[in-house]
Amino acid sequence: MNKTVLRLIINRIGLGILTLWIVSLVVFFITNLLPGDAAQELLGQAATTQTLDALRAKLGLDLPLYVRYFHWLGGMLVGDAGTSMVNGIPILQLIWSRLPNTLLLAAFVTLVSVPVAMFIGIVSAMYRGSWFDRYINILAVCAVSVPEFLIATIAVLIFAVKLGWLSALSHIENAQTFGEMLKVFAMPVLTLCSVLVAQMARMTRAAVIDQLSSSYVEMALLKGASPIRMVLRHALPNAIGPIANAIALSLSYLLGGVIIVESIFNYPGIATLMLNAVSSRDMPLIQACAMLFCFGYLVMVLIADISEIVSNPRLRK
Amino acid sequence: MKDDKKRSLVDQQSSNILTQGVSRRQVLRGMMTSGVVAAGSGLLTPGSSLAFANTDEPKRGGSIKVASQSGSTSDTLDPAHGSGSSDYTRQYMFYNGLTVLDRTLTPQMELAESFDTKDAQHWVIKLRKDVLFHDGKPFTSADVVFTLNRHKDPKTSSKVASVAKQMVEISAKGPHEVHITLAAKNADLPAILGVVHFLIVRDGTTDFSKGNGTGPFLCSVFQPGVHSIATRNPNYWKKGLPYLDSVELFSIPDQSARVNALLAGDVQLINSVNPRAIETLSASPLVKVYHADSGGYTDLIMRDQLGPMKNPDFVKGMKYIMNREQILNVACRGFGRVGNDQPIPKGHRYYNSSLPQTTYDPDKAKYHFKKSGLLGRSIPMVASSAADNSVEMAQLIQLSAQSAGLNLQVKRVPADGYWSNHWMKDTLGFGNINPRPTADLMFTLFFQSNAAWNESGWKNAKFDQLLVAARGETDDVKRKQMYGEMQALIHDQSGIGIPIFSSINDAASRKLGGYKPHPLGGFMAYMFAEHVWLEA
Repeated sequence: MNKTVLRLIINRIGLGILTLWIVSLVVFFITNLLPGDAAQELLGQAATTQTLDALRAKLGLDLPLYVRYFHWLGGMLVGDAGTSMVNGIPILQLIWSRLPNTLLLAAFVTLVSVPVAMFIGIVSAMYRGSWFDRYINILAVCAVSVPEFLIATIAVLIFAVKLGWLSALSHIENAQTFGEMLKVFAMPVLTLCSVLVAQMARMTRAAVIDQLSSSYVEMALLKGASPIRMVLRHALPNAIGPIANAIALSLSYLLGGVIIVESIFNYPGIATLMLNAVSSRDMPLIQACAMLFCFGYLVMVLIADISEIVSNPRLRK
Repeated sequence: MKDDKKRSLVDQQSSNILTQGVSRRQVLRGMMTSGVVAAGSGLLTPGSSLAFANTDEPKRGGSIKVASQSGSTSDTLDPAHGSGSSDYTRQYMFYNGLTVLDRTLTPQMELAESFDTKDAQHWVIKLRKDVLFHDGKPFTSADVVFTLNRHKDPKTSSKVASVAKQMVEISAKGPHEVHITLAAKNADLPAILGVVHFLIVRDGTTDFSKGNGTGPFLCSVFQPGVHSIATRNPNYWKKGLPYLDSVELFSIPDQSARVNALLAGDVQLINSVNPRAIETLSASPLVKVYHADSGGYTDLIMRDQLGPMKNPDFVKGMKYIMNREQILNVACRGFGRVGNDQPIPKGHRYYNSSLPQTTYDPDKAKYHFKKSGLLGRSIPMVASSAADNSVEMAQLIQLSAQSAGLNLQVKRVPADGYWSNHWMKDTLGFGNINPRPTADLMFTLFFQSNAAWNESGWKNAKFDQLLVAARGETDDVKRKQMYGEMQALIHDQSGIGIPIFSSINDAASRKLGGYKPHPLGGFMAYMFAEHVWLEA
């Protein structure tokens, strides 16, 4: 690794931190624009001005907004996200109880979707214009266009209600053996994959086709390389940047964007935690979740950027 | 999502569907004459309780899973703070109340053996002597005093603080007797103490996450917003109960996911079934849908410039323009009953049957609208999915209003924040009132001139006088007369329109035995766990 690469990477990380800080500002102030606060939600209709003031003082909601921001930012920097306003449990504990579930689901989806998407993308690029390519294209467009809640609900109706093969709920604490795990994860993974695979396959196809039409691939063809060698050895390494980018962007969605899937399958992940937090106006929890999602997203984008930088032969030398 | 609204149950539990009012009347008459509310203990032997009697033979053992529609990280086992079906159900599994409201809304003795009073103001409560908390400590008067005093402490921020306020003095006389002095006469005390928020916790409890009560189940797992697992309390004081070994409870807020989970056999019981899903469920041979007529309703609220104080003609016109049968059949698919703009439903023992039913009459409506001076103006009407069926109701009312020449604009707003930002703030909007255990609570909470939730801002001195008089009235006939008069006042003058009373819809696996819907709420008024069993 040379100096240029190092400089670029440090640059990206610096930009990432800057973004994170801006996001923290936005998240903090936007969430405070939500109508009502935790004190109101906690007391509900039983609220009187007196009890509201007392509870606000107890929760620290009576301090000016900017003071609360610095308290909160300071806490986040040393890894203390505060305590939940609705039940007094530390935020980190709440998040740690859910994050592994979300990561597990994300890992399963990644394991299934990336190889499938790569395979479909590469094959359809190699046989561009063939019936396989065209059908896959139509399928991909369909899968991207159908909303997840529809796919999920139809899957539940078919596999759980009609056929009774799978459980309509994904309760991982009940799954001990590998077979049970498969049963629990089958439908959420299927639902998420049908969206992700299509996106990633399309991007892969585009990136590989782009490379296949370049002159060095023609050269490889002329020197007698087999089609498979031509794609895997010559075209793919040069397409890895955009592909990694597409994969990273698609996967970053798995951290926070699976609210629908989590709520339909009653999966105890972090997205439903945030949904709860929004409805109970538990600001510290909303903010911590939002920062976490943003952090995850930035890390994925950073990985995409770095893999692009590193895979660029002009920078590699 | 009635139970999601952060309202407390007392405030809420409304009026009654007293289909079997006779028994309650007898009980209350007994109370008034002899000073004894209910004989009690005999009703509590398993399977013989009037309220939950069942013809089938109960079976011991088995575990069930239950999905409710509400639940979040704010789930709590503290009865003072509970809100929504998950909290109430859990609390009834782990705790007992002094009394319990049966399906006729008669208070039955639970941890109390008797409630005695001569004047409805000074009460003597005798307690059971054979009851243990889950941690082994015997239940005594200290626990009752602690529990009730907690609600009065502002630091508790209890949901029933305003109701508890009337108990000016709560003192223990010996280990099994409690004396309560009320600020004013209230013959309904036994019913009030049967509300979920008054469930009895152990003296000195500060950490409620263990669910240490006297109830039928022990709390083995409780993760707020995830699930809870309750296991059978082998030392439960009602011998033979409960039947089930364990109950797992979690929430599936998504309507169709909840129905699908039941159809797929992943859960055995769900609540809050949308009328639109009932057809699908009824078609399945594996599940059964349960309905209870409730005293809960979704009401049209007219206030301020359109309200009863400033524009009574507009209010009258709106009451005539509601096509109640159509609303019942279209918005609620026929589940529920037609209402008559006052909160006491037909079948209630205090129902005033001499009140004429207001019916759809565009001509009369037009006459009143013309007098109100609002014809030809565009008036916004705010509806939200937060108030059950209000969006559909608003659309139907809008259509009928057109026929009387009134131009209503339906403004649909999000459910999130509806109760704090729109309810009782818009001049024309909707409310959603859950059933309450007594007529008195219903009137006090929603119609008394100075009530915080007087939805239409209606003020009537005569109504207020009658309310206080009826509360201390020990003659049931006179009481009924007063309540009848109050209903007439609300019907004629108040600024709310009650087109229909809603129905409580639950659905359960056919294997679940002993399930009896209850007019106070879904899940047998959240008390199913103790009474149901699993067929082999």
